[in-house]
Amino acid sequence: MPKHHVATTINGDPIEYLCDTEQTLLDVLRDNLQLTGSKEGCASGDCGACSVTIDDRLVCACLVLGVEADGHNIGTIEGVAEGESLHTLQKHFLQEAALQCGICTPGFIVAAKSLLERNPNPTETEMRYWLAGNLCRCTGYDKIIKAVTNAAAELRGE
Amino acid sequence: MGKEEQFKTATQSVESNGYKVVGTRPIRPDGVEKVTGRANFGADYNLPGMLIGRIIRSPHAHARILSINTEKASALPGVKAVVTSADFPEISPTARGAGEAPISFRDLSRNVMAREKALYDGHAVAAVAATTAAIADQAAALVDVEYEVLPHVLDAREAMKPDAPLLHADMFTKGLDPKPEIPSNISQRHEFGIGDTESGFDAADVVVEHDFTTQCVHQGYIEPHACVADNTEDGMSTVWTSSQGQFMVRNYSATVCNIDHSKVRVMPAEIGGGFGGKTTIYLEPVAILLSKKAGKPVKLVMNREDVFRATGPTSGGHAHARIGAKKDGTITAGELTMEYEAGAFPGSPVQLGCMTGFGPYDIKNVKTIGFDVVVNRPKVAAYRAPGAPIASFAVESALDELAKKLNMDPLALREKNAATEGTQAAYGPTFKRIGYLETVRAAQNHPHYSAPLGPNQGRGVASGFWFNIGGESSAAMHVNEDGTVEVVTANPDIGGSRASMAMMAAEVLGIDVSKVKPSIADTASSAYSMLTGGSRVTFAVGKAVCEAADDVIVELRRRAAKVWDVEIDAVEWKDGAAINTKADTSENLTLAAIANTAAKTGGPISGKANINAAGAGPGFGTHICDIEIDPETGRSTVIRYTAIQDVGTAIHPSYVEGQLQGGAVQGIGWALNEEYIYDDKGCLQNGGFLDYRVPVASDMPMIDTVLVEVPNPGHRFGVRGVGEVPIIPPLAAVANAVTAAAGVRMTDLPISPPKLLSAIDSEK
Amino acid sequence: MAKVVLQREVAREFAQGETEFEITAADVRQLIRLLELKFPGIRDRLSERTAVAIDGEIFQDPLLQSIDEHSEVYFLPAIEGG
Repeated sequence: MPKHHVATTINGDPIEYLCDTEQTLLDVLRDNLQLTGSKEGCASGDCGACSVTIDDRLVCACLVLGVEADGHNIGTIEGVAEGESLHTLQKHFLQEAALQCGICTPGFIVAAKSLLERNPNPTETEMRYWLAGNLCRCTGYDKIIKAVTNAAAELRGE
Repeated sequence: MGKEEQFKTATQSVESNGYKVVGTRPIRPDGVEKVTGRANFGADYNLPGMLIGRIIRSPHAHARILSINTEKASALPGVKAVVTSADFPEISPTARGAGEAPISFRDLSRNVMAREKALYDGHAVAAVAATTAAIADQAAALVDVEYEVLPHVLDAREAMKPDAPLLHADMFTKGLDPKPEIPSNISQRHEFGIGDTESGFDAADVVVEHDFTTQCVHQGYIEPHACVADNTEDGMSTVWTSSQGQFMVRNYSATVCNIDHSKVRVMPAEIGGGFGGKTTIYLEPVAILLSKKAGKPVKLVMNREDVFRATGPTSGGHAHARIGAKKDGTITAGELTMEYEAGAFPGSPVQLGCMTGFGPYDIKNVKTIGFDVVVNRPKVAAYRAPGAPIASFAVESALDELAKKLNMDPLALREKNAATEGTQAAYGPTFKRIGYLETVRAAQNHPHYSAPLGPNQGRGVASGFWFNIGGESSAAMHVNEDGTVEVVTANPDIGGSRASMAMMAAEVLGIDVSKVKPSIADTASSAYSMLTGGSRVTFAVGKAVCEAADDVIVELRRRAAKVWDVEIDAVEWKDGAAINTKADTSENLTLAAIANTAAKTGGPISGKANINAAGAGPGFGTHICDIEIDPETGRSTVIRYTAIQDVGTAIHPSYVEGQLQGGAVQGIGWALNEEYIYDDKGCLQNGGFLDYRVPVASDMPMIDTVLVEVPNPGHRFGVRGVGEVPIIPPLAAVANAVTAAAGVRMTDLPISPPKLLSAIDSEK
Repeated sequence: MAKVVLQREVAREFAQGETEFEITAADVRQLIRLLELKFPGIRDRLSERTAVAIDGEIFQDPLLQSIDEHSEVYFLPAIEGG
């Protein structure tokens, strides 16, 4: 079966690749494009470690086929930092020690960024439900919520 | 209860800190790469020409392997290697790897790849390597295995019955007198104790007795096991892998493959969670042999279902607890009899459960008996304080019941019987300086304990104990020409230990922590270090780092002495600089100044320490949990949680808090949600995160922490291990809270909604 | 004389159930040799996967640890961690 040609935009850059029908977007990112920041934790959309955005919509890359990216804008963890500076969320994750092993961190940052773009002042409950699709086994979520809370406040200019 | 209070962490120090770096919260040195996705975990490594490996696994819980036909698989274009147990050497029952790893290599080898029998659903029986993942999947489906399906057994007590299906024909229970002549699934009977429990119970006014059950739960790390192995024609294997110990991986892989240690080099990847589950190996020997056969690097990564089917969960088990006390609350006797599932091969942590269940208490008469039982489940692996949570669940629930019968506050009961310095521990030796009582008092004084409760809400408390270990550790320190310092250790960082190593080095050297660069070396670039586990790294590797810093300071003083033309005894080291005590005016040379001219004074400056660290201080925790139950759905929601622990001295308080919070939430999951569900054929039904339900962000409240600091006299900064204690109290803290809310004793974990509903209904 | 205590299951298997002894030995290796003289076969059992607590401090590799005149010595299983 010949491969499919896909023309897409990833983190603002035009990218073309060839992929098999059955390859997920996560497979393509990690294996074809060496963008290994998105992680595979389950390949069934339950853990959120592969969180990316498609046209600013938060999705699990393991539930999207590589071919579906054609003509769309993909956002991954590799595009979150702003040039030389870390994004406010990344800064707060470090300050609040919101990571221990760090495997879930890219997914959380992409997901939290997506939340704050829609709702700049979420309550703790809103944060927890939005992030319920991102599993963390190390932190118990406490410091992650603190980091997102403080990052949100800083982004609001408080 | 004010939300503001929930964002607080209290630190109660017994002695004042007075440190410059220890106790502060610098940004972790590996932080930027973790938040930008740059950090390389096991599955992130790629080599040119790399093949993709796949493991073929038994679909049966218990079966004889009659034949394995790999012809069709090998013939598929793109397939470069196929292995089965025939490619692995037979290992004798008494084989030991180099060093003295306390495991059976024979069992390990058979777990890595099944020989005569498949012993659980998911047991590896063969493996292939191919040029693409798709071809590897096709090849795996072409491997033809002929099985003779056998009856299986999943529960420890069922497996102990004389007519139970037998897993190992050569297993005769150890620890029985007379020695048995008929094989069984009980690998060993353990017994511990002090005093005489019979007379202890005779002296009791009140006795509480209950049977408790827990299910096997998985460590649940988000990163599946992954490695890349590259075996080259000179017989050298390089393995990139995420594990809790690169030296352990080298030792175990070399032994299982029967190759020289010196021919295996293990490169530690960042690790995406371990909790004990990655203190053993599954994939590396397979990847090495596939690579050897193919002459190319091979990447082997487990999928999530494989992780659940085939990697160590911890034991499920039964625990029967009996505790007697006088009317005034003095406990006179305690007994525990437990049966733990070991999985397919012996080695459950039932012994450790026996030793730790009564750990926090001063009880003169204790008797604990434990049975290690094999069943057709994956071989268990360590999970954070292995063995202790189950035993403590039983003891702490029984104590809760005892407090009710005595009409005594549960914390007051614990305070009355608390172990302190000089108490004989339930497992025998005498405790030195410990902080258990301080955690109980901190709990009593915490606003959480006196906060009002609403309808359908209940509060539970529980305590826990863990030994913490020391062990072989090494550290090397190199002074760069610009005065910065490299700190090289060889322990994977699973919780922020890199930051603590840098902080301790900075504290001893007297320099800014930003000048210290910690790194984690591979097996060729460092002296041996025991794996990361047992809550040992900050304590034991930290000790090595401090001693390596001492070593560097001696050399720095020697160089300064040369420059000043004085004896080394005239040179002191203070605040990051050498001071000439013989000079009239204050003369000093900073570390950077000495580093800058090192070539002139003798060459590069380094220090090292290779130790077997002793003096680890035990840890104690006391947790308070509030739960609200929904009597219609049976759902239990944790509405408030406080974890209090004696942490010795918190080097980096944020990472210490993180251990308490993470361990507590794992324990809550163990108590409320997590279990393995098998069908009647013994096949796993819930091998994914949807149905194996770990706590998610919306399940949890903030987890308040209190770091009680009773410094460990065995470490210069007073460090105690902290990582494991936090998972012990939550099981009973949660169960006691649900019991209080529902009015019925919960003895069977997890407390899933159907179970709670049926308990409430049967009480009506 | 140091107080030496065996695990109950070891005592049951090798020492007819007796757990506590008063023995003078310079270090753990010598102690194990002396126990072997009393209870043949116990040395292998005590050399494998065994830790020793001396005056409350646990040693995972205890063979050359010294024992004082009035030490309290407990034989324990090797403690792993997670």
